[in-house]
Amino acid sequence: MSTGNMNLTLKVWRQKNNNAKGALVDYKLADISPDMSFLEMFDVLNEQLINKGEEPVVFDHDCREGICGMCSMFINGRPHGPKDLVTTCQLHMRSFKDGDTIVVEPWRAAAFPVVKDLTVDRSAFDRVIAAGGFISVNTGNAQDANNLPIPKMQADAAFEAAACIGCGACVATCKNASAMLFVSAKISQLALLPQGQPERYRRVQSMVAQMDAEGFGNCTNTGACEAECPKGISLENIARMNRDFASAKFISEETV
Amino acid sequence: MSDINSNIPEGELTSKWTKYKSSVPLVNPSNKRTIEVIIVGSGLAGASAAATLAEMGYKVKCFCFQDSPRRAHSIAAQGGINAAKNYQNDGDSVYRLFYDTIKGGDYRAREANVHRLAEVSANIIDQCVAQGVPLAREYGGLLDNRSFGGTQVQRTFYAAGQTGQQLLLGAYSALERQIGMGKVEMYTRHEMLEVVKIDGKARGIIARNLITGEIERHFGHAVVLGTGGYGNVFYLSTNAMGSNVTAAWKAHKQGAYFANPCYTQIHPTCIPVSGDHQSKLTLMSESLRNDGRIWVPKKKDDNRKASEIPEDERDYYLERRYPAFGNLVPRDVASRAAKERCDAGYGVGASKLAVYLDFKANTERYGKIEAAKAGNHNPDKETCMRLGTAVIKEKYGNLFDMYAQITGENPYETPMRIYPAVHYTMGGLWVDYNLMTSVPGLYCTGEANFSDHGANRLGASALMQGLADGYFVLPYTIGAYLSKEISVKAIPTDHPAFVEAEERAVGILNTLINIKGTKSVDHFHKRLGHIMWEKCGMARNAKGLNEAIQEIRALRAEFWSDVRVPGTADELNTELEKAGRVADFIELGELMCIDALNRNESCGGHFREEYQTEEGEALRDDENYAYVAAWEFKEGVNFELHKEELKFENIKVAQRSYK
Repeated sequence: MSTGNMNLTLKVWRQKNNNAKGALVDYKLADISPDMSFLEMFDVLNEQLINKGEEPVVFDHDCREGICGMCSMFINGRPHGPKDLVTTCQLHMRSFKDGDTIVVEPWRAAAFPVVKDLTVDRSAFDRVIAAGGFISVNTGNAQDANNLPIPKMQADAAFEAAACIGCGACVATCKNASAMLFVSAKISQLALLPQGQPERYRRVQSMVAQMDAEGFGNCTNTGACEAECPKGISLENIARMNRDFASAKFISEETV
Repeated sequence: MSDINSNIPEGELTSKWTKYKSSVPLVNPSNKRTIEVIIVGSGLAGASAAATLAEMGYKVKCFCFQDSPRRAHSIAAQGGINAAKNYQNDGDSVYRLFYDTIKGGDYRAREANVHRLAEVSANIIDQCVAQGVPLAREYGGLLDNRSFGGTQVQRTFYAAGQTGQQLLLGAYSALERQIGMGKVEMYTRHEMLEVVKIDGKARGIIARNLITGEIERHFGHAVVLGTGGYGNVFYLSTNAMGSNVTAAWKAHKQGAYFANPCYTQIHPTCIPVSGDHQSKLTLMSESLRNDGRIWVPKKKDDNRKASEIPEDERDYYLERRYPAFGNLVPRDVASRAAKERCDAGYGVGASKLAVYLDFKANTERYGKIEAAKAGNHNPDKETCMRLGTAVIKEKYGNLFDMYAQITGENPYETPMRIYPAVHYTMGGLWVDYNLMTSVPGLYCTGEANFSDHGANRLGASALMQGLADGYFVLPYTIGAYLSKEISVKAIPTDHPAFVEAEERAVGILNTLINIKGTKSVDHFHKRLGHIMWEKCGMARNAKGLNEAIQEIRALRAEFWSDVRVPGTADELNTELEKAGRVADFIELGELMCIDALNRNESCGGHFREEYQTEEGEALRDDENYAYVAAWEFKEGVNFELHKEELKFENIKVAQRSYK
């Protein structure tokens, strides 16, 4: 039931390490099943390379169910490939045709340096969160959860922003390599909740400052990030972040 | 009969924890600043412990193999987290959660640990909400609940089908806050390869920087492993590709006992295998059993489409066999029932290894309610289905999308096809009441330890346990040990014990690289998985287990002489990482079979075909097997059994019934 009949040509970015020069390398694959995921197709390629005595292609992946945010391939010019609202691991070969040539590159952004082949360093995202993407509450300081009713609409909106998986597709697709969709999703989640209010304006200033320090670009309202986001994070979040950032300059007594 | 001490405090079950917590020795703030704690793993159990210990003032180092702590596999948990809040006023209580968990675990868990878990469960929800975790709410603004298997109350809190993600991002944000303040040093893309022991105590780890291949030595006054479960020993499981047993196994080889390794949870609702290319299996959350009815055709080898099979020719076998709990029986029971139907020839789909999970009846029911809310008390079927589908979509949208993505079928129109798959491992490193392993100073939390779920874990209890251990248990109990370590100065890492541990780790890496055999790591992993699934899977027997042990030994020898690991050890080398993990899985696989063979009874996820009731239910042997099997590693991959007797003083032990 598994063997398929798709024949494919892959052009895959190979780069030994951060200092080495990279290039696209051609590979031929036969008998690919349409039921395979895109990463399972890469497993087949790697098995083939190992059997030939070559080094397999290194790529980030972990949960393979679309939630950990680790997989990160730029496929035929689009992060996570041709289908909307899916990660690479949830992309299946039935989205391609027999005989296709598929170009696979890593995320490309100054703030996401290539580590090897298709793997990049996204630790800049962690540093942005460390700068303020939290509510300062130590363990044991919480009141009963139902002492703080939150209107359903508001809770749902916060949840939608919180659905971000931190994969970096927004940065990869943006011509400015802007991280504003990612940063604004966290800012929005916390700004929409009552728990997030005490640090609201301090947070937006710290996170934006860190985002800039990491070398991410600015937003020019192209909207590619929203179109390519596998979790459908909305551009409204960026508007909310900009509003809060501007307000912070007037409202907040603290400058960060 | 016990020959190991679980250090359970004296006193009444209900006040044990409170009293103990108030009497655990404390470490004063100035001493905390000089005490270093190493945490391996950044999932719910690791991240919550790292954040909390740093908040308390300890110096913390945290390690994960992924590129960010936010990627740990806790993120993939879907359905929910249990807590004895009784917000639904349906009679829930700490005692009931305790009772359900002990019974669900088929009377093979420790009473004292489970009661403590139930006690702190409510604090977890409070803490997470305070962090801004957006749990589902009702229109009144209060938190919503749903049901999970093995219970008759609604105590499961959730965030759509992404509860694990939201809880982990909460713990991750608390951790990042401490990283930002410089109180936690985070080491991403690092894998722990050895535990360092000095004078019998855990004093650090050897870790490999996965990017550069550099081997690093790290000192800690104590070491905590929150490194998750070992389901990937089966190759195919719902675990992430990187989930592994290596940290726990290296600890085991340094003297930490491994408890109940044969207790494996096979989850009943997963997307069936589609072919040999399959690299992992995907769970469809247990929460779907709230609204999905499970059935197979009444006729054998019925090849009609689901929609063409009339109602009276469908066998809702869980509702038939277990009228009291119906589709919400515990996971082990549901899995075995599905296997029974498929083995008997009633399976569906191309492989015949699947059953239907059907949402039609409840979609229609929800539609009727929605129509009535809008004033239409006599809606036609189409209206019901349209309105009902919207309700189902809100509850389970992401799961339905995932199903459609993977199978290419639309689950809103045709029932899902599901089959059991390896999901969780109840076994793990043996720990005492303080969560300390049999190596002093080495702790183990979350799925990596064995402590709370007995022989079968109830749904929505893994998230509860991971966070209970990390936020509310370990930070207190570790004080009992660290308070005696305040005079120990940081030990320099040129100490001979560090040198020796590093040599062991490097030796293994070099051996793997230099074998230069003919077969890939995955080749061996798949073969191991096949042996484990066939002979140590949902049903086991003595003959199969004995065969499996021989086959695994032969596979181990073949692996060490014929594996091919391309590249070198001083670079990012994912094949080398996998090779080390598979080498450990092979040894663990053997121990799992030995443990399954030793346990001549059926309980929870451990089903020995020789021991079943006339109706095919698990048949325990409380007289001879009411113990935790804790295995000690001996030279040359041998294992010695130690027993911890389980005493049930607050619960009447009975045959588990969900009828």
